[in-house]
Amino acid sequence: MNWTGELWQMLVVCFAAVFTGNILLTTFLGMCPFLAVSRQVKASVGLGFAVVFVMTCTTVLNWLAYRYVLVPLDLEFFRFILFIIIIATFVQFVEMVLERYSPALYQSLGIFLPLITVNCAILGASLFMVIRGYTFLVTLGYGFGSGVGWMLAIVAMAGIRQNMSMERVPKGLQGPGIALIIAGLMALGFIGFTGVL
Amino acid sequence: MMSADPAREMTASAPKGPKKESALGRAAIEGLWNNNPVFRQVLGICSTLAVTNLVLNTAVMCLALTGTTALSCLTVSLLREWTPHRVRMMVQTLIIAFYVILVDIALKAYWPDMSRNLGPYVGLIITNCIIMGRCEAFARSNPPVPSFFDGLFCGLGYSFVLLLVAVPRELLGMGSILGIPMPYFSTGWDKWIIMVMPPGAFFTLACLIWALRAFQARGEEESA
Repeated sequence: MNWTGELWQMLVVCFAAVFTGNILLTTFLGMCPFLAVSRQVKASVGLGFAVVFVMTCTTVLNWLAYRYVLVPLDLEFFRFILFIIIIATFVQFVEMVLERYSPALYQSLGIFLPLITVNCAILGASLFMVIRGYTFLVTLGYGFGSGVGWMLAIVAMAGIRQNMSMERVPKGLQGPGIALIIAGLMALGFIGFTGVL
Repeated sequence: MMSADPAREMTASAPKGPKKESALGRAAIEGLWNNNPVFRQVLGICSTLAVTNLVLNTAVMCLALTGTTALSCLTVSLLREWTPHRVRMMVQTLIIAFYVILVDIALKAYWPDMSRNLGPYVGLIITNCIIMGRCEAFARSNPPVPSFFDGLFCGLGYSFVLLLVAVPRELLGMGSILGIPMPYFSTGWDKWIIMVMPPGAFFTLACLIWALRAFQARGEEESA
């Protein structure tokens, strides 16, 4: 495939990952932190940036590992373990580097990093990338787009929840219940983007 | 609710409540109802909510998850004496991943259509918070047999809620259950397509949590 074609495809995949195929609202990945850390906009922005960064880097790393290590060795079934190890190692490494060289950033982002290792959206993005057979550039776009989409969803959710805090919600629906209904309405809104592509 | 075999007494150290119950029965009630992972804690719905638009897919996924949880808890518990404290999370993850790989390979070999339907979600069982949560909270410090049943009932409690999500979704969205057309819903019913799309899962789960919590709150008031 020629270069510009692939670049164009990368942009399309990236856009699709942010809006129409939002990893949180259409594939339900990363729900646990989405429900737990979406009470305040500030915290959710911090977590969102951490996810964008980690997701972009790990999908690319996992693509390289899958394409150049697992496929030649015929060990594709081993990918779950390899991806998990790469993600955990990468997060640990970033945490150490941040702590050493940028204490300010570590203060604001660092507390979210351990949470990310168990965020299923990170592993999910890598598994989708393998199943859909993306090329390198498309994988880059997909990882970045998924991260941005996740961040968009959690920040919007936190904003809505902050404004909702004074509303009178039925007792059984308080907390996760109402959050799920908001997420459902957001998912409806995001489906509307389907016509754009 | 599901009744457990009360004849089976496992530990003598069980604290005696007002009603005398076996340890197995208590594990069952805890996992299925009191501490149900989904509607009490709203944990671990990520990897399975996506496949709840068809009852069959949900059932297979829940079966895989329950088996993985029970066997992982058993293995973690068996290895608890030899696992260094600092690396236990990594060991637990590897144990879980091992069982998930077995499930994935078995599905690919014997049921390739289902494997394609479930896509990446089988692999995502690894990051399901429930399994890790049970390993960390219970199996790590308890003998193998109670750990196995703890994991089993936690998985069953999870499955029962997700099946409750899947049945109305398939019924209202496609007019069938397990692919079999239902009498009224397949003919006279104007199908709610939204139910099989992602928003339907959010709405159904929210309503279910609402209903179950309201029911549970009433029970607690009565017993108090």
